[in-house]
Amino acid sequence: MAYILLGIVLLPLLGSIINGLLGKKLSKSNVATIASGSIGLSFVLSIIAFIQLQSAENRVINVDYYKWVVSGMLDVPMGFWLDSLSSLYILVITGVGFLIHVYSIGYMHEDDGFSRYFSYLNLFVFFMLMLVLGNSYVTMFVGWEGVGLCSYLLIGFWFKNHAYNDAAKKAFIMNRIGDLGFILGMALLFITYGSLNYADLNKPGAITYTSATTAIALLLFLGATGKSAQIPLYTWLPDAMAGPTPVSALIHAATMVTAGIYMVVRSNAIYSLSETASLVVGIVGGVTALWAAIIATLQFDIKKILAYSTVSQLGLMFLGLGANAYSSSVFHVITHAFFKALLFLGAGSVIHAMGGEQDIRKMGGLSKKIPTTYLTMLIATIAISGIPPFSGFFSKDEILAHVYEYNKGLWALGVIASMLTAFYMFRMLFLTFWGYFRGGSELYKHLHESPSVMTIPLMILAVLSVIGGLLGLPELIGAKNWIGHYLDNVILIKTYLGLSHSIEWMLMGIAVAGAVASIYFAYQLFVINGVLPVEDEAELKWWQKIIYHKFYVDELYDFIIRRPIDFLGKVVDRFFEKMVFNGINDSISSITLFLGEWIRKIHIGNIAYYIMAMTISIIVILSMIK
Amino acid sequence: MINGISIDYFILLSAVLFTIGAIGVMARRNSIIIFMCIELMLNAVNILLVAFSTLHQNAEGQVFVFFVMTVAAAEVSVGLAILTMIYRNIKSIDTNLLSNLKD
Amino acid sequence: MIGNILIFIPLIGFLALLSPTFRSNARRYALFFVGIEFLVALMAYALNYSDNNSILLKVDYTWINAINAHWHLHVTGVSLSLALLNAIVFLLIYLSVDASQYGEKAYLFYSLGLLMQMAMMGVFLTKDAFSFYIFWELSLIPIYLIGLLWGETGKEKITLKFFLYTFIGSLFMLAGFIYLYHHTALLNENGQKSWDILSFYQAGKLLTPAQQTVVFWFLFLGFAVKIPIFPFHSWQPDTYTNMPVQGTMMLSGLMLKMGLYGLLFWLMPVVPEAVESWRGLTILMAVSGVIYGSLAALVQTDFKRLLAYASMAHVGLISAGILSGTRQAYDGAAMQMFAHGIYVTGLFYVVHLFEKHTGTRNIYQLGGIRNLNGQFSNLFLIILLGSIALPLTHGFIGEFLILVGLAKYQLVWAAIAGLSVILGAVYMLRAYQKMMLGDVVKTNYSFGALEAKDKWGLFLVVFFILLLGIYPQALNYFTSLNISEILK
Repeated sequence: MAYILLGIVLLPLLGSIINGLLGKKLSKSNVATIASGSIGLSFVLSIIAFIQLQSAENRVINVDYYKWVVSGMLDVPMGFWLDSLSSLYILVITGVGFLIHVYSIGYMHEDDGFSRYFSYLNLFVFFMLMLVLGNSYVTMFVGWEGVGLCSYLLIGFWFKNHAYNDAAKKAFIMNRIGDLGFILGMALLFITYGSLNYADLNKPGAITYTSATTAIALLLFLGATGKSAQIPLYTWLPDAMAGPTPVSALIHAATMVTAGIYMVVRSNAIYSLSETASLVVGIVGGVTALWAAIIATLQFDIKKILAYSTVSQLGLMFLGLGANAYSSSVFHVITHAFFKALLFLGAGSVIHAMGGEQDIRKMGGLSKKIPTTYLTMLIATIAISGIPPFSGFFSKDEILAHVYEYNKGLWALGVIASMLTAFYMFRMLFLTFWGYFRGGSELYKHLHESPSVMTIPLMILAVLSVIGGLLGLPELIGAKNWIGHYLDNVILIKTYLGLSHSIEWMLMGIAVAGAVASIYFAYQLFVINGVLPVEDEAELKWWQKIIYHKFYVDELYDFIIRRPIDFLGKVVDRFFEKMVFNGINDSISSITLFLGEWIRKIHIGNIAYYIMAMTISIIVILSMIK
Repeated sequence: MINGISIDYFILLSAVLFTIGAIGVMARRNSIIIFMCIELMLNAVNILLVAFSTLHQNAEGQVFVFFVMTVAAAEVSVGLAILTMIYRNIKSIDTNLLSNLKD
Repeated sequence: MIGNILIFIPLIGFLALLSPTFRSNARRYALFFVGIEFLVALMAYALNYSDNNSILLKVDYTWINAINAHWHLHVTGVSLSLALLNAIVFLLIYLSVDASQYGEKAYLFYSLGLLMQMAMMGVFLTKDAFSFYIFWELSLIPIYLIGLLWGETGKEKITLKFFLYTFIGSLFMLAGFIYLYHHTALLNENGQKSWDILSFYQAGKLLTPAQQTVVFWFLFLGFAVKIPIFPFHSWQPDTYTNMPVQGTMMLSGLMLKMGLYGLLFWLMPVVPEAVESWRGLTILMAVSGVIYGSLAALVQTDFKRLLAYASMAHVGLISAGILSGTRQAYDGAAMQMFAHGIYVTGLFYVVHLFEKHTGTRNIYQLGGIRNLNGQFSNLFLIILLGSIALPLTHGFIGEFLILVGLAKYQLVWAAIAGLSVILGAVYMLRAYQKMMLGDVVKTNYSFGALEAKDKWGLFLVVFFILLLGIYPQALNYFTSLNISEILK
């Protein structure tokens, strides 16, 4: 088993190293084979590991390879921890990762940095696997920062464009803010509970409530807000769309951004113990879900819409975590990985067809030209909108049911966010694929369906988006909630769904009715009435303008954080360094020079005078000796 | 008592010689004379050393006198060489003219 | 035994290179000497794996009888790691020198460098305060001359400032040592005084709190100037910027480690009570340096100067960790000293390559170098990531442990010092973006392939950064034993 886990993690790294070092000498097909093949093999090994895990004791496999960070009581090994939670994650990462790698072969085929791209992408998978497989918080942090690095490299993949570089830098730095919280959380966790290894922390009674528990939970959650793009650190994710679209699908939708959820579920004992922390997580999640959904309704860039949708869906997951519905959130992570990856890849296919154009105002009527993309995206859109029996419905419904039980106000936030989701997703779908084409006849002739290397992953993901719900069918309809039971041994402190069946039916009804109503509203607006988004920003109403400009949060951060820090830097450099410290140094030297100048006046240059002074001095000194 | 002469007289002689030397060094400007005065001071000390050496019946003081004389001789040779060089440069051995180091 | 060899190889090299026979081929001989030194250091490292090599690793005999000064070298623990660092960094420094860089007088540069290596080797290895001080001051002479001979414009004033600053600091340190030396007489019946580090540890504990305070501040001043800890840093940015880049490598890669090493081994265990009572203030100073350096680095236009401030921030963090006196922070500091030595040398190596290939190191005059030389930009990126403590680089282990240790003392200090995690990423990535990314802005420079020696130099840096990030136990195993001893 130790070797299988090692293989799962190291194969992508190997692929990355080979492509990174020799990529320029290899042909494109070789590069693609190495990159996709390593992930594919890793996926196969993950399936083997998953099967073997089922027969393992307590369904946990813990492997230590060597001592890594050792200092006094702190003893962190380099090792892997495969349990129900990480086994699901590795399947999603390598599975969806493999599909996206295959898709990328088509999408990036014309790019000069083909091998560099795959090297980064493989490296990302490596770090992501480290994140979920590491058997301590520190090894998790290796992946945590590592995926941040790969995200940085891939967002700024087209490094000639400084706007992209800025977006990459912004992502890295915002993540780093969260990472500081993560580091401090780890430090406090170690100080409070004496270890950072899951093996120690998962022992019964290892984690009890102390005064530091809430602080640990909140600090770790700060890390999660950075990585999973929650308020206040969400603004990097929409900008991160500067990267190639498959990257957005893999990193900024399916896997990396769900690391925060993984981390919270991993620390569920701590969050369950601290009511304050849970409430904060729930509120941040709920507010983010709504906030991002509102912004998404007025965006024109197809990828920006999906980015805000991701932020919103992640918010929903955190809402679930706040309600301590850990398995439901993981369930939503998985279904979301399917349909959001599909949406992004579909969007990539659209952009590919449109020759790089991302503005939905220039699209329309594409369903005839790219039918496969249209159909698969339609499935994903229905899935994300929460229409039964598509996968998104089940996972979202489960979260909302838990939240209803936990806090009615937060539940309302979640429901409104879901309704908005259905609205903006269908708005995007209608404007892109329905109606008539608005991009000019020149481009119209150019429109083409993507090659099969790109569409086959779409189809597979479409199937998964439809049937993904089978993982966690609600017990309400007489099914066994497989994922809920599967994750049972990871959730240390359990909260059971205690709602009556009638209320559950009612909640489901409200959710579906809300979604259908939103879709109908979107249909009325964009298909029947044929409302088109305005071309010119000036025509927007004032409240639309605020939403379109994302509530001016970027500007606000710029104003209250970046500028003051740069200003302080200037103060330090211009005032303290150049004036205060240089001034002190200079004044010390001038005082010394002045004293010297003054004292040298007694040296008149007459030898007799000196000797006289010497003699007198000697006499004085001698006379003082008793 | 050394050969019937009180030690006081030796001290007195030595003190007079030393004072003459010291005043000479301070008051005169001619380098040669200053040199001679320095010799005078050294020899004043020598007298004391010898006197006390005899008084205490201890040869160490007399040994020390040899050292002083040797050093004095060495000093004179080096000093006179320096003076010669100075004279060649400024055609004078007046110490008041030697104030270049002041600036 | 091996300690003697480590000290005498560079000493012989220093003398040999001064003689006319070796002058014409100075570069080759210099590389030979640092290469041998590196091999011997590796051998010392290998010898540490066995317990029964203490005869080889240790020398101790009376040096100056009158004051009971000993020649006492012990190649183990943190001393070992810093000796190894010394050997590696000098190998890098000499690799980085270009054939024509120091002109006719190249032999003098190599020779002075070897003297410097010898002096610092002595500082790291000796367990005797007297020789510690001698080596400490000896190391100042060659670096002063290097700055004076090959510095940039305004070097006279800046090197003088550097010299006076560190020299005055050292005098305080000497005073503290002498004070302690006199109190070692209390340790035994016959009043035998000693300069030995262990008797200092015992003597320090016998002092009253007021006496400890005096000793503490005297020693602290000496070390703080060298490191430098805010507000004693004002010599540092100017000197780092003004030195020839190899001199800067010596200063930042090695010389400031003398201060940190001193803080860790010659101050913390010596006067524990005074450390306890001044901990708050001194950590405040160190942490201020972290923030101050980071902020100043944000607005620099000269990449070398930026690195000077960045280095100040990094060593501020290490000092804060040491001053917190916790196990994790000590271990972290021991790790970080090595890690910082490697990556900062790598970064200044990069500065050197910028100057060599483009003739400028101004961030705003460079741009788009990624388009011209991908390999260089990748190597630079890895070194840079090592400097901002990305996991799986050596810097991370140290920084993480230091922050854990600081948090153990007080969480708020860890939080404030941890801001360097963010600010470090800001200034480093900003600079990287300006210099390496984007389109080629200026056509008046080209950045061709790296010379083989430069390539190997950078590979060596990257190798150590990654090796010790992935398997830190290779060093930590020895340093942590050493640290257990002083914490006893």
